[in-house]
Parts: sequence; C-alpha cells; structure tokens
Amino acid sequence: MARWRCGRAPPHPVLFHAPALTVITRRTFLVAGIAGSAALAAAYWWRDRRGYPPVPATGTPRAGLDPDAQAVMAAIVPALLDGALPTDRTGRAAAVEETLAAVAVAINDLPPAAQQEISQLFALLAFAPARIALARVNSPWGAAAPGEVAGFLDRWRDSGWKLQRSAYDALHQLVFAAWYGNPRSWPAIGYDGPPVLVS
Amino acid sequence: MTAPATAAKTLPDPFRAGMAGGWAVIDASALPRDETFEADVAIVGTGAGGGTTAEILTQAGLKVILIEEGPLRTSSDFRMREAEAYPDLYQESGARRTVDKAIGILQGRCVGGSTTVNWTSSFRTPPLTLEHWARFHGVDGLSAAALAPHFARMEKRLSIAPWEVPPNANNAALARGAEEIGIPAAAIRRNVVGCWNLGYCGMGCPTNAKQSMLVTTIPAALDRGATLVTRARAQAFTLERDRIAALTCVAMDARGIHPTARRVTVRARAFVAASGAIGSPALLLRSGVPDPHGILGKRTFLHPVVISVARMPERVAAFAGAPQTIYSDHFIDTLPPEGPIGFKLEAPPIHPILGAITVPSHGASHARWMHDLPNLQVLIALLRDGFHPESVGGTVVLQDDGTPALDYPLTPYVWDGARRALATMAQIQFAAGATRVMPVHGDGAAYARWNDARAAIEGFALAPRTTPVVSAHVMGGCPIGGDPRHAVVDAAGRHHQLANLYVLDGSLFPTSIGANPQLSIYGIVAKLADSLAATLAPATAGAPRAAAQPDAGSPSVL
Repeated sequence: MARWRCGRAPPHPVLFHAPALTVITRRTFLVAGIAGSAALAAAYWWRDRRGYPPVPATGTPRAGLDPDAQAVMAAIVPALLDGALPTDRTGRAAAVEETLAAVAVAINDLPPAAQQEISQLFALLAFAPARIALARVNSPWGAAAPGEVAGFLDRWRDSGWKLQRSAYDALHQLVFAAWYGNPRSWPAIGYDGPPVLVS
Repeated sequence: MTAPATAAKTLPDPFRAGMAGGWAVIDASALPRDETFEADVAIVGTGAGGGTTAEILTQAGLKVILIEEGPLRTSSDFRMREAEAYPDLYQESGARRTVDKAIGILQGRCVGGSTTVNWTSSFRTPPLTLEHWARFHGVDGLSAAALAPHFARMEKRLSIAPWEVPPNANNAALARGAEEIGIPAAAIRRNVVGCWNLGYCGMGCPTNAKQSMLVTTIPAALDRGATLVTRARAQAFTLERDRIAALTCVAMDARGIHPTARRVTVRARAFVAASGAIGSPALLLRSGVPDPHGILGKRTFLHPVVISVARMPERVAAFAGAPQTIYSDHFIDTLPPEGPIGFKLEAPPIHPILGAITVPSHGASHARWMHDLPNLQVLIALLRDGFHPESVGGTVVLQDDGTPALDYPLTPYVWDGARRALATMAQIQFAAGATRVMPVHGDGAAYARWNDARAAIEGFALAPRTTPVVSAHVMGGCPIGGDPRHAVVDAAGRHHQLANLYVLDGSLFPTSIGANPQLSIYGIVAKLADSLAATLAPATAGAPRAAAQPDAGSPSVL
C-alpha cells in the first residue's frame, strides 16, 4: 500500500501579512512567548511545591474552581462586573458566588485543550512574580484594591501582546457569560427571560 | 405570560415519538462494549450535508448509518436558555476560536448540526458565485440553471418561503436605515412552518417550526431504517489501496468532552464526510488520505463578521421575534466578487449572553450598555472572502490531541472591508434614529453623530483581537473541481484519489458563498447525493422502495 504524506499544515503559520507590522509584531510575540513560557514553568513549579492536585486530563469534572483560579477569579469577577452586580451586600455576595460557580461549570464544558489553556492562565496569574511583573498587581489577589484589579484589566484589554489580550478576552467571555446567563442578572437589563409557551 | 408550567409539556416532540416507535438511535456514550456496524453508506455528520444525503440515499433503498459527535437533543430539551444551549449544542460551547484567537466561530454540534441552531436565513447560491467557480476553479455542472431544480426541490422539502410577518424592531431598523441612505434592503426567506416568532432559533426551536435536519431529513431517513449513532467522534478511516475499508469512531463521555475507551467501527461500501468545513478536512487529515497537491484543509472561508451596536431611543427588544429577517446586499451586488471585499448586512438576535460577550470592555461602561439591552439595535456585516487573490482564507490544522483548529490570518484585504462595513453600519444606524453607535472595536468607544463615528472608524487601528471578529459560516477545505491539483473532490463530490470517499457538505465550496450558506449546502448536496445514489443503487435510484430493514446485527434501539 502506498504511503501518502499527511496533509498536516506547517507548524509555524505566518501570523501577519501586513509587511509594516511584521517586524514589530514578531518581536513582541517573541517577548510575550519567552516571558510567558518562563513564567509559566515557574508558576507550575510553584504550584507543584504547594501540592495542588494536577490538572485532570480526563474523567469526571472537578466541582468548583481549582485554588489558583478561585483566588484570581474572586478578585476579577467584582471588577469586571462593577456596576452590574446587586448593590445590597447579600445579593452582591451571592451574585459573585454564583458567577464563580458558573465559570467553573463553563470551564468543565470546554474541550480538554481549552481547559488546559485556561488552567495555565490561572496558574500564571496566581504565581506571585508573574502577578507582579505581568499583571502589575502588587498585592495578593485576595488583598488587591479594586483599582489595582481594574488597572490590570484595562492594561490587558488594551495590550498589543497576544498573550495578554487573548487572556483578557477569555476572562471577559467566561465572566460575562456566567453572570448574564444567570436569571438573577436579568431584571437590571430589562430582560424578562424566555417566553412561557402556551399551547 | 403566566401560563402554567405544564403548558410546555403539551407541545409535541415528533423525534421522541419516532424513537418510541422503534428508530435505531444509539448513544455511544452509554455503550457497554465496542460495536461494529455495517451499512451501504456511512455518513459522518448530521448537519445540512449529512441530513440531506441521508434522506436521498435511504429513499434509494440504501442502508445508511449516520455518525454524530454531538448529542441528540430534541424540542422538549430546547428551553430557550443560553446557558444551557451553548454548551450543549455548539462546538466548544460556542467558544471555538481560530488559532490566534482573533475570530470566534459559532458552529452546531448536535443532531442536525448547525441547522438545529441557525437563524433560518435561506438564500440560493448567488449566480455570481457559481460563475466565479466555473471560471476560476474549474467547477462543472454547478451553474445556476443546473442547480435551480435542486434548490426548488429542497425549498419545497424544507418549506423555504417568504416570511410574511412584519420584522421585529431590530430588523425593521435595518430596513428603515437602508432606505434612508438609499440602498436596497429586502426580506429573508426562512425554512419554517407555523413559526411562533419567538426569536430563540439559536437555542434550538422549541416548537419544531424550524425545518432543520432534526425534524425533516433525519426522521425521514430513520423511518427508512437508517441508524443514528450519537456522541461518537469519527477518528479516522482505514485505507486499503485506493479505497476506505472502515471508519473508526471514539465514543465520547456523556457530556461530550472526553473520549472514552469505547470504539465504534463502521464498515460500508461508501463513506461520506459531512462534518462541516473544519470537521471534514480534519477527519481526512487524521486518516492520512492522499493529498498529493497539499490542498486539503486549505482555503477555508468564514464570511468574517464585524459588528455595530446602536442605542435607540425606543424599545427594540432584539431578543424577541424572528432573527435575521431583513438583509441588504448592496455592498455585495455593487462590488465585483474579484474586487475589494464585499459584505452582506443583517440584523442578528441579541440575548443577554450574546450581547454581554459582544460589548467590549468591562465595569461601568459595559454595565451601562447592558442596562440598555432592550433598546440595543445590532447590525452585522458578513465579508465575502475567497474571491480575490489576496483572500486565501484559512487552514485546518490538527492539535496535539488530534482535534482540529482553524488558522485564519486576518489580512489587510479583510480589514479594508471591515472598515467600510463598520462605517456603513454606523451610517445606517444613525439614519434609523440611533442616539449612540458603538462600532465594536478596542475599548468600545461610542459616538453620538455620524461624522464623529466615521472619522473615528477611519482612524481605527483594526487588528486581530483588538477588533472582535466572529463567524457562523465555515466553508471550503475540500473544494470541488475537475483538476486534482486544485480540488479535493471531483464534480460528483468523490475524492480524486479514493474511489469510495465522498465529501458532501460546506467544505466543497471553492470560495465562500457570499450569503448564509445553508440552502447552498442543501441544493448542491442534493444534486451530488442523487448521483451517489445512482452509483450505489442503480436499480432503485429515483424509485423509492419500502423502508429498509435494520441490520439484524445492530444493537437494539435505546
């Protein structure tokens, strides 16, 4: 039987076609890549030292967020949803809790490759040197002032680095989908929920 | 709106009734052991291509097995809740993205494929597109005249007809704004019967009004003895010389996330790839099928979409009423396909999650836009890619675990059209009475006057990720054509190097369509499936016989 070469695409696709952008973009990508992978390796080393359970490759979903994700998201959710959460203390706390739980469910419904990427992002953000150097949040997430967290989100939103901007997009999508999928959010946005079907 | 909770339970669910009547439907996630099936034809995928093919082949008396990676969900499951529908019915929970994360891709992953969750927009393939294929891609037999009877037949089959109900306010604004600036707009034909005008097409039709594959061709095929296996990921074909001997599938777990150890093997006379323009090339790549000219999975097109959000003084309620009922092709019709990129204008539904992930930024500004959700009007522009030498589309690549990803670089050619589209949409929205328009870009700046918006858009640094781009139409990668150097399949949809492999879905297209593609898939696949039926069942093609008996060796029906 004849062996045919597999039509797999080259591993390093051209990322940009615009000649004017090529040089700058390639350089920033390299910086982001090197800084990102060094920090990630260190973050994983640190996580292993603390004895966190490994990211499961297969099997049953873990309930809730892992400790890294929980620490980061507990700080980020109120910042992303600033102005959208209930104003009373109890309602606000419940809304944040429910959003964190819905984010955990959403992550568990993603394909394994995407779950792995998100797990890496949280490991990176939870690793103190990366938090300080890349996110520029000096306090631990649990102690960070709202303005500090908002500043981090603004910078990553406006970042030209693929790592930062795509991480911002992932957090944006996870948190806003989690909150606005929750009927508790609907009265404030004038949405009555789906119609009741009467036959 | 305070009907008793039991009211919905009285709605009929014909699919569940069919299953109770003995259809052969098997959930691979619950298989107690590995299974082997035999059939005349194995069809991988149950969307527009797979569903259409299954009905036509079973009508010819052929024994068909359908393989679906997603779950079986039917009208009783469709509760019109985004938080349930997106993870359940869409590829990667609706969060599929291109390799560089610049383009979000909405694609169905369930029985019926994207037809179960699409917004019902039905257009015949534009004649200019078909002429371009004949002239530049060596495509024979797919002229507008040759396809007309096949479009007519699928329109009849799927009840595709003008939608006589007035458009919802979101679509009416497109009609009003277009008229105001002097460009034509028209009504979109829809594949519905007795539509309730609810607006939740994207979460699965709870009333079975939408004539998706789930309620039309697949039930017809099951009635004629076809077997449907769900939660089975087609892993790879086994090749023997110039033929495919078998297909190996991996049973997925109950949530469809992780593969299990169970295998489903399918032996058949012919195999049809109908997994869509990411899934089909990926299956062929994983199988190592011959690709002597290195074209498999290349030239994959998306109709990249840019978005404009407007705040109207009046209530719009874009979450209610049929989505996408008005369109304008002015910037398709007035630009030659081979020229600067043209775009189609439409008005999508806006539910809380879809709205929230579309509005850029966070905190107070995001909350303000969401607070005004009932007054938001949204336009989208679908860019016609693949007709110009600078528009080569994307490439399907395999990730480490064998699952596919699409690498689609956004080029200056696309950004040029995106800039014109953002400006045009803002102009239409102001003409329709918008008080603010936010061309979706960067941190989500909004403008109160058309001149300000135009000037700002002129200066936007449009770039991947800074400018959100989405797609709901994946096309190409296994192009049809007579020349094996440029086409994966021949004019009959048969693989140029493998005698019993057919590709019958949107991956056939040599370019994008320039219109929502479902009817293009139905019509073109119907024509090709006829010829496949004639090849495999020459005695019975065109003369439907009584339902084929299920294979005695098949596992019992669930």
